Amino acid sequence: MADSQQTVTLTIDGQPVTVPAGTLLIEAAKQASIEVPSFCYYPGYTLQGACRMCMVSIEKMSKLQTACTTVVANGMVVNTQNAEVVNGRKAMLEFLLTNHPLDCPVCDKGGECELQDAVFRYGAAETRFVETKHHQDELKFSNLVYYDRPRCILCYRCIRVCDEGMDVNAYGIGFRGSHSEIIPNRGEELECEECGMCIDICPVGALTSGTYRYKTRPWEMEYTGTICNHCGDGCKTTLSVRNNAIIRANNRDHSGFNGEFLCAKGRFGWDFVNSEKRLTAPLVRHNGSQAASSWEDALDLTVRRLQGVMEKHGPGAVAVIGSNRTSNEENYLLQRFARTVLRTNHVDHHRTADFSTLVAALSESKATDRYATMQDLGEARSILLIGSDPTHQHPLLAFKIRQAVRDHKARLYIVNSADIKLALRQAATFVKLGAGEEAMAVRDLASGDGPEAIGSLREKLGGESDTIIIFGDEVQGDSIRELVGWGLSLPGNTRFIALGDYANSRGAADMGLLPGTLPGYQPLSSEAERSRYAAVWGAPIASEPGRNLRQILEGIEAGDIHALLVFGSNPVKTFELLREHLARLDLLMVSELFNTETTEFADVVLPAASFAEKSGSVTNTCGQVQAIKKTMRKAGTRSDLEIILGLARELGSPLAYRTAEDVLREIITHVPGYNVALPSLLVGRAVPTRPNGAPPALERNDLVISSHDTLFTSGTVSRFSWALNSVNEAKRPHGHIF
Amino acid sequence: MLSDDLKSMFDRVIARYPLKRSAIVPLLLFAQDELGYISDEAIEEIARRVEVPPIEVVEDIGYYSMLHRHPIGKYNFQVCTNVSCQLLGGEEILAHCSKRLGIGHKQTTSDGQFSLEEVECLGACCGAPAMQVNYDFYENLTPERVDRLIEELKANGRAR
Repeated sequence: MADSQQTVTLTIDGQPVTVPAGTLLIEAAKQASIEVPSFCYYPGYTLQGACRMCMVSIEKMSKLQTACTTVVANGMVVNTQNAEVVNGRKAMLEFLLTNHPLDCPVCDKGGECELQDAVFRYGAAETRFVETKHHQDELKFSNLVYYDRPRCILCYRCIRVCDEGMDVNAYGIGFRGSHSEIIPNRGEELECEECGMCIDICPVGALTSGTYRYKTRPWEMEYTGTICNHCGDGCKTTLSVRNNAIIRANNRDHSGFNGEFLCAKGRFGWDFVNSEKRLTAPLVRHNGSQAASSWEDALDLTVRRLQGVMEKHGPGAVAVIGSNRTSNEENYLLQRFARTVLRTNHVDHHRTADFSTLVAALSESKATDRYATMQDLGEARSILLIGSDPTHQHPLLAFKIRQAVRDHKARLYIVNSADIKLALRQAATFVKLGAGEEAMAVRDLASGDGPEAIGSLREKLGGESDTIIIFGDEVQGDSIRELVGWGLSLPGNTRFIALGDYANSRGAADMGLLPGTLPGYQPLSSEAERSRYAAVWGAPIASEPGRNLRQILEGIEAGDIHALLVFGSNPVKTFELLREHLARLDLLMVSELFNTETTEFADVVLPAASFAEKSGSVTNTCGQVQAIKKTMRKAGTRSDLEIILGLARELGSPLAYRTAEDVLREIITHVPGYNVALPSLLVGRAVPTRPNGAPPALERNDLVISSHDTLFTSGTVSRFSWALNSVNEAKRPHGHIF
Repeated sequence: MLSDDLKSMFDRVIARYPLKRSAIVPLLLFAQDELGYISDEAIEEIARRVEVPPIEVVEDIGYYSMLHRHPIGKYNFQVCTNVSCQLLGGEEILAHCSKRLGIGHKQTTSDGQFSLEEVECLGACCGAPAMQVNYDFYENLTPERVDRLIEELKANGRAR
C-alpha cells in the first residue's frame, strides 16, 4: 500500500508527524499516540466509512473528515480535539444510541465494549431521542453464534472479516435504513466455518458466543495467554477462567502471529478440558476389570511390572509411545527417561509429518535458515503448496495464505489431488493430480520431466523468487530431499514448511521422540552425540537402535515387547491394534485425559493434566517455539512431566528436575537449534528454531500418516467437545467447502 | 426451474453492463416476472452468473421492497397513501381494499389471487388516488371502482 521510500509530514494537534506516504490519517494519529475513536475501521480489512466516529477537523476542508478513509498529505494540519470534533463525536454517539439498548448490565460485552468505552470517553450524558426504541428479538444463527439486532451498530466488521479474512461470505446486510440488520447466508441460519471471528471482531455485544453468552462478566475472569492445543499452527489464545473452569477462549490482546484469528477449534473447542468425562483418578486392572485407585498404587503397580519385564526379558522388551500434544519438556524428558532409566531406544510417536527428512535435507545443504515462519507466510509473494488441505487442517496457515494473496498479490501455486478451496479460490495455478501422485509430481518438478502442467508450473516458479514451499504428509522421505534440492535451486530465499497435525507434532520430533534420533535430530548412531547427551544426563545411552512405532506394534504381536507405556496417544485407534495382541503385554500403561480405545485395554490408566493445566512450551509446524501457561487446576490429574518424574523416582533413578522450566533450560543449553532466548519465550513471543542435524532416513512409508482432521475434529479430544459436535457443519462430508 | 428464455434474457442483460454485478437488480426483476417471486434457485443462478456470493443477491432483495422472496397474489394491489393520494382519499381506498379482500398490508388472500401493499408515491399524483396492480395503473379511484376492478379481475383476468 504505502511506498516506503516516500514520507509525508503533517501536523496533528500541533505535533509534527512523519509517516510513509499512503498512510491513513487514523494510523498516523495512532503513531503519534493520539487516539481517534472508530468502530467500523479495522486494520487489515477494507475501509468502510460507515460509523462516522473517526471524524476530525482538517484545515482548509470545510467539513469534518473521516480519519479512517483520509490519506495523509504533506502539510496537512489536523485537529482531533477542537470543539467541532468533540461535538461531532457526541452527536455520532447520540445517534448510535438512538436504538441501541442500554442493557449493558447484562450484555456480554459490558466492560469490554468499544461503544461503551467511547460513550464514557466522548459521549454526552443526554439524548434528544424520546421515541420508543424498536425492540427485536435475538436471533440464533447457530449453536455458537447469536445475533442481538438492536445492539448492532452496522459497522460491517463481521461481514468484512468473513468475506476478506475467511473467504466464507456468510454475512450480508439485509433490509434498509433503520431496519437494516446483519443476515446469515442460509435463510435464518449460518452455514460457515464457525470460526467465531465475527464475535471477536464485533465492537459491541451484537454477535455473541453460544458457549460464553450470559455466563460471566469480563472482570470476573482470570486471563492467561497460552497456545491452542489443537492443530499444528500454534495460535495464541487467551483462556478466560472463572471458578477453575475455562469459560472463553479468544486471542484477547491480538498478540502473536495469529492476531485476531482463531478457528472453531481454537475459539470453542477448548471445552474438552471442562468435560465431565475427564479422568480424575488412576485406573488399575484387577482380575480383568479396571477400578479407580490411588496414584501411589497405580505408580507402584506400573513400576513392579516394569521391573519384572526388565528382569525377565531385558530392557529391549519395553517400549514407549509419546504424544503429539504434550510439551517439549515432557517429550524431551520422556525420551530421556526411556533411554537412560528404562535403557530402551524403543521410543516413537504417531508421526504426522516427516520433519526429520526436512531437517536432514536442509542441514546437508547448509540451509538451516530456510525454515519459513507463520509471519513469513503472511508476507509471502510466491507460495507453492503440495498436498494437504490447509483450510480444514491448518486454518491459520490458510488464513495467512489468503492474507498474502489479498494484501501482497502473492501468487499461489497448488499441486493437489483434491479440489481444495484454496485451489479453487486463491490459486494462480492449480495442478490437479490423481490420488497419491504427489510424490511423483515432486519428482517431476525436481527432474524437469513429466507432464506439461508440471513443466509449466516449474517454469512459472523459476520466474518467482523467495517462494515458500509447503507440503503435507503426501510428501515424505526421499520426496522431501528431491523437493528441497530443487526448491533451493529456485531464485531467491526459498523457505519450507512441513505440515504436521497437532499442537506439538513438531516438538515431538524435535525433542527426539524417535527411535534413532536424539533431541535436535542428532543421530543415535553417532557415538559423539551419544556421549554428549550421556554427559548431560549423567547416564549412558544404549547404542542398540530402537524400534519405530510399526516395529513396536509388530514386536507386541510377535511377543518381543512385553511392556508398553503410552503417553497422550491412541495407537489402538490410529494403527488399528488388535485386542489379542495387546493382551500379550505384561504391562500396558496409558497416560490420558479420557477413556479411549487404548485405555480400554490398559492395565494402568493415569489421568493426565491437559494443556491448560500445565506450563511448558510447544513448537508449531513451522518450528516456532511458544510458551504454554498453566491456567487452572484439575483435581486428581498430574502432568506427564510429574508422571515421568514419579516413575523414574519409583524405579530408583530420580531425575534432577523439579519444574518444566528446569527441563527447558537444559533443552536451550544442549539441544542444537533450540538455543532460544528464554525471556523472549516467557513474554509470549514465537521464537523460531533452526534445527541442524543428520537424523536417520525414514525407514518405511507407513510411519508418517496425517489424521486429516477437519475444522471440527482434533484426534481423540474433539469427541469430548460439546461445541465442536454441536454445529451442523460438523456433519458435512470431509473437505466440504463452506 | 428457470426457463431457457429467462436464462437467455440473463445473458443479454449481463452483456449490457461493464460490471456483471450491476445486472443484479434487472435480473431479479426478470426472475420475479417469470416466477412471481424470487426463489432460492434464482438467487443461486444469478449469483453464479454475476460472480458474487449468493448473500449479496439476498442483500439486494432485502433492500428493495418490490422484490419478493415468497409467492404473492396473482394481482398485487399497491395502494399509494403519499401526500396527493392521501388528500384525495388514498387511505380510504387502502382501508376499502383491506376490508374487501380481507387482508392487510403485505398479505395475500388464501386463494392466492390478491395481495395488498401500502406504497409510497407512484408518480401518478395527477390521477390521485391511485394504485398499481402488477404493472398497470388505476387512477381516480373510488371504493366502487375498486369493487368493479376486483370483480373484473376475478372474471377476466384484466380490467380497464
